[in-house]
Amino acid sequence: MLLTITYEGHNTQELGFLLHKHPDRAQKFELSYGKAYVFYPEVSDERTTAALLLDIDPLNLARGKVGSRDGGLFDYVNDRPYACTSFMSTAIARVFGTAMTGRCDKMQQLADTPLKLTATLYSLKDKGFDELSQMIFEPLGYTVQTHRTKLDEKFPEWDISPYIDLTISGTIKLSELLNHLYVLIPVFDRQKHYFTAEDEIQKLLAHGEGWLADHPNKEKITRRYFTAKKSYARKALDILLADEQTEEDAAENAEAEEAAEEKQARTPLNTQRLEAVKNAVLESGAASVIDLGCGECRLTALLLKQPQIKKIAACDVCVSVLEKAAQRLHIDNMNTYLRDKLTLMQASLTYRDKRFEGYDCACVVEVIEHIEPMRIPAFERSVFEFAAPKTVILTTPNREYNANYEHMHDNELRHGDHRFEWTRQEFKEWTNHICETFGYECRISGIGDVDEKLGTPTQMGVFTKNG
Amino acid sequence: MDKFKIELPEFCLVAMIGATSSGKSSFAKKYFKPTEVLSSDFFRGMVSDDENDQTVSADAFDLLFYAANKRLDNMKLTVIDATNIQQNARKQVLQLAKEQNVHAVAIVLDMPKTLLLERNSQRADRNLPERVIHRHYTDVKRCIKGLKREGFRFVYVIDSPEKLDNIEIVRTKLWNNKKDEHGPFDIIGDIHGCCDELEMLLEKLGYTKTDGIFAHPEGRKAAFVGDFCDRGNRNADVQRIVMDMVRAGNAIAVPGNHDVKLLKYLNGKKVNKTHGLDKTIAELEEKGEDFKAEVKGFIDGLISHYVLDDGKLVIAHAGLKQQYIGRGSQAVREFCLYGERTGEFDEYGLPVRLDWADDYRGNALVVYGHIAGREVRVQNNTYCIDTGCVFGGKLTALRYPEKEIVSVNALQQYYEPVKPLDDPVDTNMGDMLTVGDFNKKLHIQTYLMPSIDIHENNAAAALEIMSRFSADPHWLIYLPPTMSPCETSELDGYLEHPLQAFAYYKNRGVQNVVCEKKHMGSRAVIVLCRDSETALRRFGITDGTRGIIYTRTGRRFFDGGQAETELLDRLDKVLTQTNFWDDFKTDWVCLDTELMPWSEKAQGLIRTQYAPTGNAGRGSLAAAVKALEQVCKRQNNAHEVESTTSGQNVDPQMLLEKYKGKYDDLEKYTDAYREYCWTVKSVDDYRIAPFHILACEGRVFSGEKHVWHMENIRKYITGIDPVFMQTPYLCVDTNDEQSVQAGVDWWLELTAGGGEGMVVKPETFTAMPEGKLLQPAVKCRGREYLRIIYGAEYLQPKHLKRLKVRSLNRKRNLALKEFSLGMESLSRFVNNDPLYKVHECSFAVLALESEPVDPRL
Repeated sequence: MLLTITYEGHNTQELGFLLHKHPDRAQKFELSYGKAYVFYPEVSDERTTAALLLDIDPLNLARGKVGSRDGGLFDYVNDRPYACTSFMSTAIARVFGTAMTGRCDKMQQLADTPLKLTATLYSLKDKGFDELSQMIFEPLGYTVQTHRTKLDEKFPEWDISPYIDLTISGTIKLSELLNHLYVLIPVFDRQKHYFTAEDEIQKLLAHGEGWLADHPNKEKITRRYFTAKKSYARKALDILLADEQTEEDAAENAEAEEAAEEKQARTPLNTQRLEAVKNAVLESGAASVIDLGCGECRLTALLLKQPQIKKIAACDVCVSVLEKAAQRLHIDNMNTYLRDKLTLMQASLTYRDKRFEGYDCACVVEVIEHIEPMRIPAFERSVFEFAAPKTVILTTPNREYNANYEHMHDNELRHGDHRFEWTRQEFKEWTNHICETFGYECRISGIGDVDEKLGTPTQMGVFTKNG
Repeated sequence: MDKFKIELPEFCLVAMIGATSSGKSSFAKKYFKPTEVLSSDFFRGMVSDDENDQTVSADAFDLLFYAANKRLDNMKLTVIDATNIQQNARKQVLQLAKEQNVHAVAIVLDMPKTLLLERNSQRADRNLPERVIHRHYTDVKRCIKGLKREGFRFVYVIDSPEKLDNIEIVRTKLWNNKKDEHGPFDIIGDIHGCCDELEMLLEKLGYTKTDGIFAHPEGRKAAFVGDFCDRGNRNADVQRIVMDMVRAGNAIAVPGNHDVKLLKYLNGKKVNKTHGLDKTIAELEEKGEDFKAEVKGFIDGLISHYVLDDGKLVIAHAGLKQQYIGRGSQAVREFCLYGERTGEFDEYGLPVRLDWADDYRGNALVVYGHIAGREVRVQNNTYCIDTGCVFGGKLTALRYPEKEIVSVNALQQYYEPVKPLDDPVDTNMGDMLTVGDFNKKLHIQTYLMPSIDIHENNAAAALEIMSRFSADPHWLIYLPPTMSPCETSELDGYLEHPLQAFAYYKNRGVQNVVCEKKHMGSRAVIVLCRDSETALRRFGITDGTRGIIYTRTGRRFFDGGQAETELLDRLDKVLTQTNFWDDFKTDWVCLDTELMPWSEKAQGLIRTQYAPTGNAGRGSLAAAVKALEQVCKRQNNAHEVESTTSGQNVDPQMLLEKYKGKYDDLEKYTDAYREYCWTVKSVDDYRIAPFHILACEGRVFSGEKHVWHMENIRKYITGIDPVFMQTPYLCVDTNDEQSVQAGVDWWLELTAGGGEGMVVKPETFTAMPEGKLLQPAVKCRGREYLRIIYGAEYLQPKHLKRLKVRSLNRKRNLALKEFSLGMESLSRFVNNDPLYKVHECSFAVLALESEPVDPRL
């Protein structure tokens, strides 16, 4: 929560006029979440530095303000009081508001002149995945310097710090620098301290006037600025892009659209998977289906449309997911025919459940890999011994295929909650074990693009009960 | 004049029968509790505000029978106060009695017509036409004869006002009620004429013959679950022994299906002399008529099941489902003799049975025979003790309450079984929990807290956590409780201080407390068996492992398992070396421990929250201090400034001091979390500090003082392998100032370098002065350590002042409930309760943990 701005040149003390803050005074400003101080660590003809320092009450952040009914925003142990966050943007606007507008009655000419300015932001969030600071500031004409430490020097194995000290220098008008900082700090630290309302779009456009629309990475900036509200990002982008359809751009866009269409033509894996499972259900001749681990009920929604299926139960262990599912299916407004057809319930696959009994077919789609290995035996019995439907359709990732995913490390699993992913051989062995133990036969097939060596991304087993 | 005695079974359904104005309601009021009487008038009033409104009778009776049904569910005697003069009305009563397996009793008030007419005319509220009275009078007279035939087990007719005034109601115990017999019992399985083995078994159990009759010198009683005869070689001898013992009061017995079939034969009915009955008949014919008559009378007098020991034990030949226990009807008797049959037959031609024991959820232990198996089969608080002696297996007794199994092997195979003997309940697969026992509002009785309610949404949350993250529930015999801190300190500069912890106990009547150093690690429960066979037998663990280390929420501590296996092996090595297994006469143990380093389990938290906060803070504050120092160096030239500027002046020197303070706070904060982090390169880098020896076979150590735990841990676990470390502790007498000061000093010493602090516990494991359960422990955390809880700067006076206002009630309430549940689940496990009973407690702890509580407490 420290920003320094250095002006180099002649009579640099005049920075005080531009900022409307006297270089020989240290001043304090009350903000809604704490205090801001402005002072000048260096003052000389050649070089003057102004500092904006924030003093944020960690308790107010954690608890909500004294007397307010709302709970706090953050944990007591939190980087918010120390890191360079949207608090800094707000403070810039509050303390250097006039300077941001570029108005300086006493020295308007200086205010309108590009000056040699350097700004440093301390502890700015930047996880270091790509060269974000260069991508963002270099197109605006700055020289960018970053300094990053270890997360904790005593524990070098913990890797690098997620913060940088960022220094940008350039020859630029002070007002421009301030507007850049105002907009771009939250692009780094994406956790805004205030509720993002729709008027933020206007704010972004106002402070980005004259530079944001031309920025080659404006999409990234806008998206990151509105992390929490994707729809705002879309609207803001629409406005930014509206007036600038040059022919060159149009050509580029056409290319992009073609690429997108090509992408579209390849149906998403999830859609392919659901389609395959649906077909397997219909082929089995089932009239009643239980969707075990239904998630948000994408499969259930698909099956509800099939006249062959007269009864569907959708279960998940996660209550909040079921609530979302109920919303997705518009369960409150369902007609009675559909409503009677569908049962939505919380259930666990590692407990025996009498409600699972009596269905022709059970679907277990992308579920087993979320179960702790030591609970798999309980899952097997629950489904194949006790519920024991005529048909069980089960899908799970094929681990071998992960080699085709560029962004994945070796041994990484596709989802943080996956406890394991099986190779084709492992899946085959498991289905054999099920068939022997519980009296089923299993037909294995693949779903998704076929890689000659590695198979398909998803593997499916259709189990049919003997006799 | 002698009283007219009406004998009623203590639990039955009574129908009052009588004309209007015959005095039924007054009678019911006089002889029964108000809650026992369900009057049609009352229910008419309930549905219509008018007790005399005959048009609402249908609704009124619906409600009345609904209420009656609920009362009978709860085994409460119920009186139906309505005229009941129509056969249809009585049919409904009898139907209910049948469904509820309870005897129906009719009490008829047959009053003179003149009296009825006179009373009717005097009634202000309901003056019926005389012809109605005439009709009622005749209907009553007419029905009396047929009541027994209709199905009333007992019929009492009161035919005069004099008799009505001179009545004594006696409530008799149900025949199956032997709740006041507490044993101890030796429950003996199906004998089938294997008299040699019976004699051997009785001797093995300690019975000796006195005057030719077996008796136990310590007054134990044998309890026979039936099937005395058929197939074996000495059927009549077995009957002799059993009859003698029962008559002498040395045994009780229930009949088996074979005994009943024999009775049928003795009663002259035609029976198929199959399944070994021919042998018995041949023996009996040889013994002569007297013996036959004695056997006949004996079997005829047997009751199909007994409820014993305050309802804690039930014996029946083929077992008994929960809804039937303590009831009497043909259906109950059939169940007791034959079990629940589907009506289908298997490939051996034997009836297919429903697995009632699988669904059994009763608290009473049901011991039964009937189905021969190789071993005793234990399932949900039921024991099947028919181990197929006559088929060459063994004759088995279950000692109660010890639950100890004693058997003798058959001397020979007397009879070829039709199909191979049942295997024990398939423990290779382990038993399975049923969701219906948990996805609802739970009401759990624990020995420390009489009732703990778990709401449905909390149960739903627990189901999710259990299903997604927990280890195999067979291992989860205990989840540790949350722990409350002490009240906030009144001393300046301290949020928590030992004085408050001492005061908590002292003020509640506990003089002596124990302070234990709080290791900053992660709570870890260790269950270790001597071998994987023990794990399979005792815990139902089928994956070949022999132990587990799990977190306070029941998650397996180590993924992958290599570290876990090695730590468990090392623990076993230590326990073997110190002779723990033999000294404690156990092959498994459950320990409550703290596992270090903290960074091992909290890695994610440290790297995404603790360390970044320190990093951002130290970085930006160092820069701020540097900038302020620059200002202060050049700030000797204070200027006059325009008064139009907006900010207030501030002294940079003061700012510098302030930011130096903040920087210092961040440094201390960083030191505090670093203290608990170290990099684990091998198993040698772990530290485990046990602090409770929770349980082992047959015992929960909640009766031992904390010093006992500490000293036994020292004796048996720590000091050998450096991984297992001792927890330093100090006893404090809260009435002795010096001792209290020593406690405070010790804490100051522990926490000066950032130590987490200490836990203060009452001297005893559970403290219940004046019957009120106290916190099993309160924590008192170090001043520096609390920075990683309340933030680096929490000690700034303006912050501390606000932090001192905090409420502990919720946390403490949870701690008590969770502690009670933890102790209950251990004691249930040690007591060999079924899996679902143990799981219920762990499940409830997780459910309680889903309650929102200030996480910093």
